[in-house]
Amino acid sequence: MAQNNTKNTKKKESMTIITLRRLQKNKTAMAGLVILILMLAIAVLAPVLAPYDYTETDLFATFGTPSLKHPFGTDELGRDILSRLMVGSRYSLKIGFISVAISSVIGIALGSICGYFGGKVDSWIMRIMDIFQALPALVMAIAICAVLGPGVRNCIISIAISGIPGYVRMARASVLNIRKMEYLEAATAINCSTSTIIIKHILPNALAPLIVQMTMGVANGILSASSLSFIGLGVQPPMPEWGAMLSAGRNYIRNYPHMVMFPGITIMLCILSLNMLGDGLRDALDPKLKD
Amino acid sequence: MSENKNDVLLSIKDLEVVYTAGGATVHAVNGVSFEVKRGQSLGLVGETGAGKTTIAKSILGVLPDPPAKVLGGEIFLDGQDLLKTAEKDMRKIRGKKISMIFQDPMTALNPLMTVGDQIAEVVALHENVNKKQAMEKAMEMLEMVGIPGERYAEYPHQFSGGMKQRVVIAIALACNPELLLADEPTTALDVTIQAQVMEMIADLQKKLNTAMILITHDLGIVAESCDMVAVIYAGEIVELATKEELFLHPTHPYTIGLFGSIPSLTADVDRLTPIPGLPANPEALPEGCHFHPRCSKCTEACKSGEVPFVEIRPGHFVRCGLCSK
Amino acid sequence: MDNALIEARHLKKYFDTPRGKLHAVDDVSFTIAKGTTMGVVGESGCGKSTLGRTMIHLLESTDGQIFFNGEDVTKVDKKKLHDLREQMQIIFQDPYSSLNPRMTVSETVQEPLIRSKRFSKAEIAERAEAIMNTVGLDERLWNSYPHELDGGRRQRIGVARAIALDPSFVVCDEPVSALDVSIQAQVLNLLQDLQEEKGLTYMFITHDLSVVRHISTHICVMYLGQLVETCPSKELFQSPLHPYTKALLSAVPSTDILHKKERILLRGELVSPIEPKPGCRFAARCNYACDKCHEPQTLEEVSPGHFVSCCRVKEING
Repeated sequence: MAQNNTKNTKKKESMTIITLRRLQKNKTAMAGLVILILMLAIAVLAPVLAPYDYTETDLFATFGTPSLKHPFGTDELGRDILSRLMVGSRYSLKIGFISVAISSVIGIALGSICGYFGGKVDSWIMRIMDIFQALPALVMAIAICAVLGPGVRNCIISIAISGIPGYVRMARASVLNIRKMEYLEAATAINCSTSTIIIKHILPNALAPLIVQMTMGVANGILSASSLSFIGLGVQPPMPEWGAMLSAGRNYIRNYPHMVMFPGITIMLCILSLNMLGDGLRDALDPKLKD
Repeated sequence: MSENKNDVLLSIKDLEVVYTAGGATVHAVNGVSFEVKRGQSLGLVGETGAGKTTIAKSILGVLPDPPAKVLGGEIFLDGQDLLKTAEKDMRKIRGKKISMIFQDPMTALNPLMTVGDQIAEVVALHENVNKKQAMEKAMEMLEMVGIPGERYAEYPHQFSGGMKQRVVIAIALACNPELLLADEPTTALDVTIQAQVMEMIADLQKKLNTAMILITHDLGIVAESCDMVAVIYAGEIVELATKEELFLHPTHPYTIGLFGSIPSLTADVDRLTPIPGLPANPEALPEGCHFHPRCSKCTEACKSGEVPFVEIRPGHFVRCGLCSK
Repeated sequence: MDNALIEARHLKKYFDTPRGKLHAVDDVSFTIAKGTTMGVVGESGCGKSTLGRTMIHLLESTDGQIFFNGEDVTKVDKKKLHDLREQMQIIFQDPYSSLNPRMTVSETVQEPLIRSKRFSKAEIAERAEAIMNTVGLDERLWNSYPHELDGGRRQRIGVARAIALDPSFVVCDEPVSALDVSIQAQVLNLLQDLQEEKGLTYMFITHDLSVVRHISTHICVMYLGQLVETCPSKELFQSPLHPYTKALLSAVPSTDILHKKERILLRGELVSPIEPKPGCRFAARCNYACDKCHEPQTLEEVSPGHFVSCCRVKEING
C-alpha cells in the first residue's frame, strides 16, 4: 500500500474508523449505544449484581410495591423484580442476538446468491421465501415452537427461521442495486475473478443497509421472544424472561401495576436503544454523507 | 416580434439566495439583476452549481424553505413583487402567468394520469371552464405540440422521451403564460429530437408571444434560441448582452474561457484551452471577484473589494474590474 | 490495413428479451489503426456502448469476428482472456458509479496491478504513484475516497485505472459527457496527451459531435445497431454522405451565429430494435426512402476510405 510519509499525503483511514468516528458525533446513537452496553454488562454480571436470587421466594412479601428493600417491588411469589429483570436480560438479549446472527447469515448468503446469479436460482429461492412470508412472522414462530416444544433453544430457532425471508429480500435488493454499478464492470475488465468481485466489491457495499437491519432485528427478536413467552411458549417458568414477567403480571395490573410497569419499561428501553443505535449506524455507514 | 417589445415583463433586482444545511451556508445566488421583456427570450448560461436553477425556482416561488432562504432582492412580474406575494396568490400565478419546464421528462409526468388529463388539469385549475372545455383545450394543445389528439387517453410510459417533453411543454403553455422558465429542457434528449423540440418551443413562443428564460450549459442552443444572454458564475451574472454581442465580442475572462473549452464543429482546434482549476465552491467563495483564482488576467485589485458591473458597449454589461475605464 | 490494431468483421451482439432478440449491434465492420482514435457516434439506442463493451469482451459477441494485432480473439480461453484484458481497457461514463465508494484513490489504481499478478508489492506502489502523477492526481488525494472528490478528478481516477497496465487499446465510453464544460476540456486534453505519450489507440464513444470531431481521426456513425457511415473525421463533417449523418450534423446547434443553418428535420419515430425487419432501419424516417431500402444494405466504399451503407448514396449526393 502506497504510504508516503510526506506531509502532503492524507493518512488513509479505513472505512470502519470513519464510520465509528461519525457514529460518535451522533448523540442519539451514542445514547443508545451506552444504554445497550449497560444492559449487556448487566446481563453478563447478573448473577453477581443481582441483589437477590431470582428464584428466591418470600411468601410474606408478595406483591410488594417498590421500596428500599426491593427497588422494583416483588411479584406474586415475593421474588425481587429487579433481580429477575437483571437475570432475565440474559435470556432476552441471548435470544435476540443469536436469532439475528442465524437468520442474517443464512438470509444474506441466500439473498446474495439470488441477486448475483439471477435466473432460475433466484426464482426458486424467492418463491420459497414467498411461501414462508405468507405467514406472519410471529404466527410462524408460534407454529414452530408449538411443534418443537417450548424452551429457549426452540425459541431461538423459531425466531431465526421466521426472520430469514426478510434478510433474503433485503440482501437480494441490495445486491441488485449494486449490480447496476459500473465499478463491477470495471472490476471484470481488470481481471477480477467472480469471487473477488463478490467479496471485495459487492459485499462491503451491500452490507451497510443490512447491518442496520440487523440491529433492528435484535430488537424484533427480543419483542418476539417476549411475545412467545407472553403466550406461554418460549421461555418457561421459573426463568425470568421479560415477556413472561409481563404475562404473569397482567392479571394483577389493576392493583399492582408495578409488576407490569417495570418489565414493560425495560423492554421498551432495550428496543429504543437498539433503534437509536440502528438509525445512527444507517447514517454513519453511508459513504456519501459528508463528515 | 411583438409590438410590446419594449415592455418589461420581469425585473429581478439584487436577488440573494442561500442554502443552509448542517451548519454550512451555500451562497447560491449573490446579487443577480436582469430584465426580460415581453416575448423576449433570455439564455441563462453557466455550469453546475452556478445558481441558474435556484434563480428559476425563486421566480416561481418553489424554493424549499428550509434549507433555501431568500436573503434579499426583488422579483417584479408586471409590477407585482413575487417575493412578497402570499402563497395562495402565487398558486394563481403558477401555471397561468409563469410556467416551468424541467430537465428530466421521464420524471416530470405523473405515470398514473393520461397525458390529456394532465394538460386538462392545469387548464381546469386556472381557467373558468367546465370539464369538457378543459378536455377540448387539452386536445388542442396536444395538436399544437405535434401529438395526434387521439393519443389523449394514453399514459406517459407509452411515449418516447422526446414526446414526453412535448407533453410537458403542452402543459406549460396550456394557459398561455406570459413567462416560460425552461430548465435545460433538451439536455436529456438525443440531438435530433433536441432540434425538433427547440424548433417547436421557438415556434410556440412566437405564436403565443411568451417570454422565456432558457437555462442551459450549451452555448449552441443559446445561439439558436435566445435574444439575450446572461452568463452566470458563482451565483453572479458576469456578462449580460444580446446574443450577437456575446458571441461576437465575448469579454469576461470566464465567458472567453467557456468558448475556449468547447470543441468546434467547424474549425480545427489542436488543443482545447480549458479554464484552469475547479468551479468556485459556493460554501467558501473567493474574496473580491469570485473568478479571480482561475483568471489569467487577475491583478491584485481583483482579489478584494466590490467588482463593478460595467456597461462596456450599449446593452453589453460585464462584471470585471479590468473593464472599467 | 497494415498497422491495424483492432478489427471487427460483421460483428453482432443480440440480447434475449421476453419479446424476442434485441439486435443491439448488427453486422458492424471496421478497422482501427494503431495510435489513432476511432470515434463512434450515434444517438441513444444505437448500440455504441454495447459495441465498445463487446470489443473488449465485457460482453460476449453473438456472431462475427474481432481481431487484435492480426490475431482472431473472438473466442478465447481463460488464460488468453486474462492477458488480452491487460491490453484492452475501458474508461466509463459515470464518474459516480464507476468507482467503488469504499476504495481510496490509490487502492483503485493499484487494483489492476494486483490482479495482474506480475508485479511485486514495491513495484505496484511505484507504478501506481507514477500513473497518478501522470494523470494529474495530486499526492494529497491518494488516500481520499471518491465521494470527497469532484467529477473531473473521479474521471482521472478512471483514466489512471485504465492505463495502469499499459494497454494498447482503450475504449472510452462517453468519458466526458457527465462533466461540466470546463472540466471536459481538461480531461479531453489529458486523453490526447496520454495518446501521444504512450501511443494509445482509442475507441471514443460519444453522442457529442463537436467532441468527436476534435478528438477522432476516423468516425463511425451508428443508427439502431447498424453502421451507416465510416470515414476519416474531417471528411465526415465536410462531406457527409448518408442521409442520417446529414440529418445528425444539421441537428447540432451551432455557435456560429453569423451563418444560419439549414436544418433537416426528421419525421417519424425510431423503429424497434427487437426482431427488426431486414433492411435499413433508418428508412422509416428517411426523406429518400424507397423500396430497395427494405433489402439488406451493404457497406460500400464510395470513395477511398469512405464507407457508406445506403443503396441510394450516389443518387442523393450527385
